[in-house]
Amino acid sequence: MKREHIILAAVFVVLALVPFAAELTGQASWTRLVGQALIYGMAAASLNFILGYGGMVSFGHAAFFGIGGYVVGIMYHHFDAGTAFLGLIPGTDQMLITLPAAILIAGLAAALVGAMSLRTGGVQFIMITLAFAQMFFFLFISLKTYGGEDGIMVRRTNSLPGLNMRDKATLYWVVLGLAAAYYLFLRRLVQSSFGQIIAGIRQNERRMAAMGISTYRYKLYAFVLSGMGAGLAGALMVNFLRFASPDMMHWSRSGELMIMVILGGVGTLAGPFIGAGVLFTLETTLARYTEHWMLPVGIILLLVVMTSKGGLMALLRRLGGKG
Amino acid sequence: MILLFEQLLNGLQYGVTLFLLAAGLTLIFGIMGVINLAHGAFYMVGAFAGAWVSIQTGSFWGGLLAGLAASAIVGIVVELGVMRRLYARDHLDQVLATFALILIFNQSTVLIFGRQPLFTSLPEVFSGSIEIIPGLPYPTFRLFVIAVGLAVAVGLYLLINKTRIGMLVRAGASNRQMVRALGVNIQGLYTAIFGLGALLAGLAGVMASPIVSVQVGMGDEIILATFVVVVIGGVGSVKGAFVAGIVLGMCDTMLRAFLPGLLQQAMPGPEAQALGVGISSMGIYLMMALVLLVRPRGLFAAQG
Repeated sequence: MKREHIILAAVFVVLALVPFAAELTGQASWTRLVGQALIYGMAAASLNFILGYGGMVSFGHAAFFGIGGYVVGIMYHHFDAGTAFLGLIPGTDQMLITLPAAILIAGLAAALVGAMSLRTGGVQFIMITLAFAQMFFFLFISLKTYGGEDGIMVRRTNSLPGLNMRDKATLYWVVLGLAAAYYLFLRRLVQSSFGQIIAGIRQNERRMAAMGISTYRYKLYAFVLSGMGAGLAGALMVNFLRFASPDMMHWSRSGELMIMVILGGVGTLAGPFIGAGVLFTLETTLARYTEHWMLPVGIILLLVVMTSKGGLMALLRRLGGKG
Repeated sequence: MILLFEQLLNGLQYGVTLFLLAAGLTLIFGIMGVINLAHGAFYMVGAFAGAWVSIQTGSFWGGLLAGLAASAIVGIVVELGVMRRLYARDHLDQVLATFALILIFNQSTVLIFGRQPLFTSLPEVFSGSIEIIPGLPYPTFRLFVIAVGLAVAVGLYLLINKTRIGMLVRAGASNRQMVRALGVNIQGLYTAIFGLGALLAGLAGVMASPIVSVQVGMGDEIILATFVVVVIGGVGSVKGAFVAGIVLGMCDTMLRAFLPGLLQQAMPGPEAQALGVGISSMGIYLMMALVLLVRPRGLFAAQG
């Protein structure tokens, strides 16, 4: 086995043991924290695919995260009320239906946004993705049926046949399993010829076009795939927190996802997960000590951006190289 | 009819505020190629400094001076301390660093002034209202804001088109490398432009302080609209910022004022209200998306 495989397996085992460790030490909140960090890690990793590998700086990624979440929320709402969405589609609380639905609908939204946004580039691309995310944000705020600004409560986590999903640890393992699967999927994706083309477009779009590749179409595929990943993460988050709200797609959430990617390391597989873990831990820990936690977080971020290149992954690699 | 006219004036006043913010932002964007999400912080600094001083001294004009000074100084400090290191970086790092600056500015303001909004009073001279057309008394302060905005627009036009600094600014917006290669002291120019942008944002903040509530986060709300203005107008174009600012200010105000009422004729009250507010908030973003689809570089793009 290669060194990378050993490290991955070890990390997976450690993460799988978190619920036991939490029970042994009496720190029940650990499972919840690590679970959320994993989900944010998935969202950040999906963003990293277009941002880090594809060079598309999307400032509206939280929209797809939120849409995925709302799919779960809205389906549960109709399941609970016994009504049908638009009078046609009955609600459900089956995870085997809600997750694929969330992925699909987030992907559709990403196709819509991407098809228009990718006609621009640079600063305009950053701003137009932000604009679309804002539109979704205000759209969901104005939907009074689904809670408006307050969001939707999902009183029970979606069920999965054969598992007791109301058990926190079981839900955590499901999240961990999906996060690991998503990591492996991205790993394959990046190494595939598709991933190579995406990376090629980032390095020199004109050259790829000259080689006869329809860059717009490839970028759109990547954008859609990335939106689907964010939708999956959003759907899991709503299951995990049993709550969907417009805050999930607020523009500062998109900023946070970008921070996670940068902090961990742009264009690396594990970086977004590390970045998400570190930022989330930092925020929750500091929030415990002071209500002004945003100040130290801001200062730390500023220092990281100004001083480092390549984020924490570069740091780890340098340490690993020496040791 | 009278209501429509009043809302048009309100829209003009909001548009002028957007222009004050967007003018600085578009220059910073166009000349230094840097995305400054923290531009709203200068607006907030101006509003807070102005409001605080005018509460302490009882003079709006003292507050105006303080607000301008504070925002310009903060702007210059930020340029020297942070921005200068970011010019060579890619947009991603700039977005993040300025995002971090927003957190720092917002939280520092909470530490200094608390979460309670500050309330200031209008200056004596402009505390009344005049009847512009029969049956419509309009507050003179809002007219004053419009006048100041238009005066700044004229001033910027003269500065950019008739002076040597303006020439450098125009040259910088169309080709940065060339200006640098011609041996212009670009660092000094950068600091000056950044300070000017911050000053204009501070001016917008002081002018808005008696109308909106001065509180933490006020900059975040308006900065997104400002970015929309900058992008629609075309990065680097002050003319574009002016046109887009006025148009957007008007459209946004009109939508907010009339859309919920129009929807109420078609559907039940509270839902129409919520949907109307939602759609009118989406309005400016929809406009930006449409403009960018037709003209990917905005209406008056300076760069070729």
